[in-house]
Amino acid sequence: MHMTEIDGAVLGFAGLPDSVRHFREQLDTPVWPVDAAPPARVPGLAVQTHALTRHFGERRVLDGIDLHIDAGAFVAVVGRSGCGKSTLLRLLAGLDDASAGSLALDGESIARHRSDIRIMFQDPRLLPWKRVIDNVALGLEGGGALARAHAALEQVGLADRAHDWPTVLSGGQRQRVALARALVHRPRLLLLDEPLGALDALTRIEMHRLIESLWQQHGFTALLVTHDVSEAVALADRVLLIEDGAVALDERVWLPRPRSRRDAAFARLEERVLTRVLCTPTAPSAGEAPVAEPPGDPDPLPVFRFAI
Amino acid sequence: MPSPNAAPRSALVARWRKRVVPWLVPLAILLLWQLASSLGWLSTRVLPEPWSVLVAFWQLLRSGEMAQHVAVSTARALTGFAIGGSLALTLGLLTGSFKRAETLLDSTIQMIRNVPPLALIPLVILWFGIDETAKLFLVSLGVFFPIYVNTFHGIRSVDPGLIEMARSYGLSGFALYRQVILPGALPSILVGVRFSLGFMWVILIVAETISAQAGIGYLTMNAREFLQTDVVLVGIGLYAALGKLADLLAKGLERWWLRWHPGYQVKAA
Repeated sequence: MHMTEIDGAVLGFAGLPDSVRHFREQLDTPVWPVDAAPPARVPGLAVQTHALTRHFGERRVLDGIDLHIDAGAFVAVVGRSGCGKSTLLRLLAGLDDASAGSLALDGESIARHRSDIRIMFQDPRLLPWKRVIDNVALGLEGGGALARAHAALEQVGLADRAHDWPTVLSGGQRQRVALARALVHRPRLLLLDEPLGALDALTRIEMHRLIESLWQQHGFTALLVTHDVSEAVALADRVLLIEDGAVALDERVWLPRPRSRRDAAFARLEERVLTRVLCTPTAPSAGEAPVAEPPGDPDPLPVFRFAI
Repeated sequence: MPSPNAAPRSALVARWRKRVVPWLVPLAILLLWQLASSLGWLSTRVLPEPWSVLVAFWQLLRSGEMAQHVAVSTARALTGFAIGGSLALTLGLLTGSFKRAETLLDSTIQMIRNVPPLALIPLVILWFGIDETAKLFLVSLGVFFPIYVNTFHGIRSVDPGLIEMARSYGLSGFALYRQVILPGALPSILVGVRFSLGFMWVILIVAETISAQAGIGYLTMNAREFLQTDVVLVGIGLYAALGKLADLLAKGLERWWLRWHPGYQVKAA
């Protein structure tokens, strides 16, 4: 039994004021919740990593990543190619093993939550020998599997293509089928590994709207790995930058939804993150009027100069 | 601008043309051959005229001999195919799926593969005598290797991305095999089947020369003894027809099982 519970019982019995008990509880709460009781099933999974490291031989791709992601949050991970963002995703998905450090979902190991995690890859990865509806129903068990698959296809707007072969669909349609396939399992953590990279700009915008609405509807935790900063700012509540194996930027996005790219605050935030990703110094332009920051928006980033 | 009626009509003409044109050359050769035989340029000892071949064919058909010989030959071929094919499929699946099995068995199988089955005939006669077993052994051996090699290759070249995806969706073991690996290997396996069906007839022809009491080979060899060249040609024609039939069968299998493959889908005219 945890210290807090024993103390709470004793202190409560002794009738000490709540403030004292609260103070004791704060001291006792560990940084790393070891024996956290499994919570009631909320739609999202909370993700915690501690000193997560992954190296391939000599190369340290991830070096001591500490992350806390709340349940139901939408987090985007950006960075240059090869920075390790996809590696982080694969570790979370259980497709790869960490070299060091630990990873917990709702305080438990990944193995206990395998059925709650679904990943959407860069390419649709549909089985070409199964029809679309059978692809969506992959891994589903029980009598109502096809009905649920059909419902998922309706959510992504492809119910009429249920009996086609995947090869006759366009790239955007195949990615939508892959999204339906991921969602039909009611995941609590949806991992998206640059899923829209191969799509054209218009399809990408439609997919943004689709993913956002499905996320708002279902409430799962979403982790989107992308190289497109505007996509990250459009979709996520939090943007992480992975650089040199560590988290170099952790920016909250306070913009209200639905977000418009023409919004000044959107553009500013995107510019800031992009500048940081590219590590180029910004030149302050003359006559730039000071704009009121939204509440809670931290100070603008100082100008960085890196000697490469 | 072509009239609205011209489009479907020209499509029909084009389709008929595609069906008829391939037969023009064989037909021309046939006519030339008949002409040469009738005019005496071609001696019947060298090559009988097409008409007498047809007559011989008809006579054999009516007497029931043809049906009997064809049935015996086909039974031999298919039995040998079944034995060799199923063995090849099993071993191919085994060595393709398990690295240990590959290390253990593959080099041995490759060594045996390089021995031409027909060169083994004297040994086969010594081991199995001259009855059905010898012929079945030869046919099985010939059929084995294309299916084995292609099954092995098919299993190994299944898209690893698909396997990773299926694993992440909770598929494992037999379900993974049945839903992802086997269908992925199927195009390769069917190529092996087509090759094997071709070999099956070639090996059978030679195997039937060892010694036989029935079968198309027996028919042909008997006719040769009696200088019935028209019956010999009937035999050859039968082999060709049966080979073509086997190929059509393989193609039909491919078209059914590989309906999903973009390479096999019927394009709109």
